[in-house]
Amino acid sequence: MRYLFKTRYQQDLALMRHGGDRMSYGLLLVVLLLIPAVLGEFYVGELGAVFIFAITGVALMLLIGYTGLVSLGHAAFLGIGAYTNAVLLEKGVPFVITLPASGATAALAGIAIGIPTLRMSGLYLAIATLAFGSIVGTVFQKWTAVTGGFDGFAVPTPTIFGFPIEGATGVYYLSLAVLLFVLWISVNLLRSPIGRAMVAIRDSEVSAQSMGINLSLYKTIAFAVSAGMTGLSGALFAHYVRFLAPDSFDILLSIQFVTIVFVGGLGSLHGAIFGALFVRLLPQAIAIVRDYLPSAIGRMPGLEPSIFGLILVLCILFEPAGIYGRWQKVKLYFNSFPMYRRTSFRRQRAYARSERLR
Amino acid sequence: MEDAARLLQLVVNGAAAGCIYGLIALGFVLIYKATEMVNFAQGDIMMLGGFFAFSLIAHFGLNYWVGALLAIAATAAFGFALDAVVLRRVIGQPQFAVVMLTLGLGFMFRAAAGITWGYDSVGFTTPFTNRTVHLGTMVLGEDSVSIIVGTVLLCAALYVFFSRTRLGIAMQAASQNQLAAYYMGIPVRTIFSLIWAISAGVAAVAAILLSPVSMIDVNMGFLGIKAFAAAVLGGFGSIPGALVGGIVIGIVEQLAGYFLPAGFQEVTSNVVLLATLILRPQGLFADTLRKKV
Repeated sequence: MRYLFKTRYQQDLALMRHGGDRMSYGLLLVVLLLIPAVLGEFYVGELGAVFIFAITGVALMLLIGYTGLVSLGHAAFLGIGAYTNAVLLEKGVPFVITLPASGATAALAGIAIGIPTLRMSGLYLAIATLAFGSIVGTVFQKWTAVTGGFDGFAVPTPTIFGFPIEGATGVYYLSLAVLLFVLWISVNLLRSPIGRAMVAIRDSEVSAQSMGINLSLYKTIAFAVSAGMTGLSGALFAHYVRFLAPDSFDILLSIQFVTIVFVGGLGSLHGAIFGALFVRLLPQAIAIVRDYLPSAIGRMPGLEPSIFGLILVLCILFEPAGIYGRWQKVKLYFNSFPMYRRTSFRRQRAYARSERLR
Repeated sequence: MEDAARLLQLVVNGAAAGCIYGLIALGFVLIYKATEMVNFAQGDIMMLGGFFAFSLIAHFGLNYWVGALLAIAATAAFGFALDAVVLRRVIGQPQFAVVMLTLGLGFMFRAAAGITWGYDSVGFTTPFTNRTVHLGTMVLGEDSVSIIVGTVLLCAALYVFFSRTRLGIAMQAASQNQLAAYYMGIPVRTIFSLIWAISAGVAAVAAILLSPVSMIDVNMGFLGIKAFAAAVLGGFGSIPGALVGGIVIGIVEQLAGYFLPAGFQEVTSNVVLLATLILRPQGLFADTLRKKV
């Protein structure tokens, strides 16, 4: 066990808690930077996709894990980001402007949908975002003048200060950079008054309100930040797929995003990363396992969504803390090796908490 | 005159579709009022009900009425088991955990139905298929009329059940105050499972009433999203509101399909939903209350 003695205020302000953290995260970063030199094109591309999903995962983690609001329409924000980026690039706007612009557009869309719905209980947001996602999907299909409809939209290659970002490696490094940026923003946001307000809202709206927190303001901020980050990830997604089809931003993608958060572990940024790894690599694993299954099951068309559904259900029923929670239990087991008690993480008996008004 | 008759026909067809939305929404509302859970799998339970009826009527060759009753009973039993085995375990977890749980269950039901019954649309003949009623100058499909009549009968039955029978009143009590109901000797958990059973049964009725109009297929559950619009329009938590909301959505959708360019009809319900949330978030029928501390 490591006991942390804080002797200077800098230690409280530092992003990393101690030397061990700096060491392990630094090593991880070095490994990630070296990966494209070692692994093949396919794996680099897949890891790039994991980073893109992780950005959305972090965005949703801020919303679901820290503010306690569920959005079932984040694929729409991803799509808004992707199309904004692609359309602006097509018009000749440089990538350094289109990337923030796609984030900003998605954030504005988030504010537009958040202001009317966030006054109500969190349930309404889930339903409203579900409706919003389906409206945006239809708009992508029908607004052929801009999106090209079902013909698709070829995304131009971006250049940053004259350097073209090409192939899997380019997308990999770009996504890694944006993911680090998003993580840095999130860590700092969460320890600012805004982040504290978000956590307070998650734990109890009534007590947050009585502490003077403007509920709808902070909920809207959280939703806008989350939508904006998803927009950024959408811009990268456009370069990852290189060819935008309007039906790729459907409800199933939104559910995958929410699965990232639940499987990874609610209320931890680590969880968002673990969840993204899991959710993005699961289809690959299914594709590998498929060949070994009897063909009646292996060739079943709805296999993937049903496995996502099953994992979501099992996760909520048996491990609500997700992968990161499980990891912490394992860590504690080894840290306190012979003294670990099974009851350390036993869930308390829970009672229905009424959201009812009377 | 031509136009008026045409319009009236659209309204009747819309009302018929709306009754289906209303019945699904009724399922949401029953569960929400009692347990404060929102069942995102309601549409998929309806799909299962439709397939049960298809199996019993088309496959085993039962009489339409017998098959329909058995299918409703089977779906209700399924709803009961679903609550008793799965949903009861998440009591006390945050509301969005239930949302995700039911969404996940919905995907699993869809896959299970796909394995069992295949991914093609199926249907069975009903006494109402392809027959018409002449009402003055109007020609109405007997299928639409049967949906409206069936909905009215079902609502009357539910009204009598909830206001006259011992069990129905126990259900009202349990949904008003769980603790007090428990102290009065009402087995609250069983009551909740029974409410899930009723709501699943209502979903099965919706599927069976719908079957002359549209085929049964695995993706039928997406009607549930339109039913959300109905429930929100009626003010989540109001039973007459859910039905009125459903009928309004159905009629608006038909009219939008007739007067507006293609593509608008699919999004009408969602637009109505968002408009409701912006203009009158508490819905048409809800009473406004603030949470007391």
